[in-house]
Amino acid sequence: MDAMVRELSYAQAIQEAMAIAMDMDERVFLMGEDIGVYGGAFQVTGDLVERFGTERVIDTPISELGGAGVAVGAALTGMRPIFEFQFSDFATLAMEQIVNQAAKMRFMLGGEVSVPVVMRFPAGSGTGAAAQHSQSLEAWLGHVPGLKVIQPATPYDAKGMLLAAVADPDPVMIFEHKLLYKMKGPVPEGYYTVPIGKADIRREGRDLTIVATSIMVQKALDAAAALESEGIDVEVVDLRTIRPMDKQTVIDSVKKTSRLMCVYEAVKTLGIGAEVSAMIAESEAFDYLDAPIVRLGGAETPIPYNPELEKATVPQIPDIITAARGLVKGVR
Amino acid sequence: MAGASKAVTDSRANLPFVYRQYSAEQLRQVLYKMYLIRRFEEGAEECYTRGLIHGTMHLSIGQEASAMGICMPLAEDDQITSTHRGHGHCIAKGAEVKRMFAEFFGKTTGYCKGRGGSMHIADVGKGNLGANGIVGGGIPIAVGAALSSKMMKTGKVVVSFFGDGANNEGAFHEALNMAAIWKLPVIFVCENNGYGMSTSTARSTAVKNIAERAAAYSMPGVIVNGNIFSEVAEASHQAVARARAGEGPTLIESKTYRHRGHSKSDRNRYRTKEEIEDWMSNRDPITLFESELREFGFIDNKGIEAIRDAVAQEIADGIEFAKASPSPDVRDTGNYVYTEQA
Repeated sequence: MDAMVRELSYAQAIQEAMAIAMDMDERVFLMGEDIGVYGGAFQVTGDLVERFGTERVIDTPISELGGAGVAVGAALTGMRPIFEFQFSDFATLAMEQIVNQAAKMRFMLGGEVSVPVVMRFPAGSGTGAAAQHSQSLEAWLGHVPGLKVIQPATPYDAKGMLLAAVADPDPVMIFEHKLLYKMKGPVPEGYYTVPIGKADIRREGRDLTIVATSIMVQKALDAAAALESEGIDVEVVDLRTIRPMDKQTVIDSVKKTSRLMCVYEAVKTLGIGAEVSAMIAESEAFDYLDAPIVRLGGAETPIPYNPELEKATVPQIPDIITAARGLVKGVR
Repeated sequence: MAGASKAVTDSRANLPFVYRQYSAEQLRQVLYKMYLIRRFEEGAEECYTRGLIHGTMHLSIGQEASAMGICMPLAEDDQITSTHRGHGHCIAKGAEVKRMFAEFFGKTTGYCKGRGGSMHIADVGKGNLGANGIVGGGIPIAVGAALSSKMMKTGKVVVSFFGDGANNEGAFHEALNMAAIWKLPVIFVCENNGYGMSTSTARSTAVKNIAERAAAYSMPGVIVNGNIFSEVAEASHQAVARARAGEGPTLIESKTYRHRGHSKSDRNRYRTKEEIEDWMSNRDPITLFESELREFGFIDNKGIEAIRDAVAQEIADGIEFAKASPSPDVRDTGNYVYTEQA
């Protein structure tokens, strides 16, 4: 690799990607609440306003629906906006523009237009922000044809997938787990992309496939490391994109390991785990399964404030270890 | 109104705005297009009744002067966003009726290749970014298009058409506020036809005139009689000039009336026969414009007959074109969901 590789945080990697995109293409600009001089609620835009000015780093009023619509309209007419929701929960105020407009415009108009908007959604629990600032709503948007929905799990992927999203002609929704923002990892300098729609095998193994998303990828890797000493060899598939899903990578992995567990933070039912499980049940990998599929997802409750309760609502490393042990050894 | 005499046209100084602003040929073209909108919608309605068009449609019959007046000062590359009641806007912005009929018939030659139908009719080539099935959905999008115009310095002006119903949507308020704080070249046109589906503005809206809402966003709020072409065109002309000069948005409230019901399911229980009859007989925008043109000597009865005949022919040809056009292949249902990778 030619480019110099440094350790950057996930937030720094996103910021660098946005700066590169803006340097490369004057159509790219940023919109969001308090992303200018404040630097964004999670300091992802940081000081970009000093470098690119208020014309390209636009503070919007607290108007999620209108702001998202402005981004959609700008994308429809030749610009390349990157729109930040301050918290992914606030996107509920903008569902109209995301679901009815951005996702469907190209289709409704018979391919005459495209909507190359990128939307960023700081998501997930673990910050003590309680029920309205901690949700994982990616499956909502994953249900909508016309959108692409990604969940990078590392600083490297965060940068490369954001640059892929900006280059993509269609609307791309990026769910960024807030607890990942401080995670550090190797990130090359300069421009590179990580493809949307391609899963990544983060750890190879023989006994069990864990399909994980976002922050659960690292938890699954940590669990896999602990299970190694017990002689359980776990393969970890980082799904990375939930729409369009990379089915083949998951199918091939399950055919190899004969066991499947899905780990994700969002509420368990009607979620990504259901989709992955059903996809496997419908595929040729079904005949390879040696055990029932296991889903580990969020509890069927809103996210509570109390830190112990909050932790208990989403899968933790010991939960993954216990479930994996049960699945491989037949202990249920 | 001044008496009908040839002498008046020699000196246009005392005539209403459009008769001073535009040539006789341009004005006759406006009448042509108003008839084209009216006959297009009547033709579409008839095709619907005969089972040639499925789904539903929202007719703007009675609102033709509003669509034409607003679009009159727009350049071809200026842009509009439109509404579920958008056939008139589409024609006024330059669309061909044959491709609109083809869309309503669900054919591949339609503007949206049969994927959108009446409610999503668009003509991107002529700057119509599309009708919208969501009340108020197009308003923030228009503001975004105006932001593009400002950032790319294209000089384009964007018009967002919406109805009275949309003025109570959050999107309306958020969009007007952003357009005002960023001084964007956008014109908000509220076609107030008195009813959001069945609910009158008196029952739904706290202000008497929707134009009063403009004060909350520090922009001019202009009320026009939407059934008088000249009044609408004059207001639009001023708003376009203001937008092009970088002075920001305007809200125009065009007071008008739809002769037909909300959509094909409407039983018309919320308004009286007398009210509808009054608007149709005494305030029809085409009749009003036509009599002014005649009165001021821009056209005679023979000229009007010629326009009506030519429009009838264009409509008949358009329907034939739609009927003869191919339907999409069912195997192509998944097309246009995403951009095809080269």
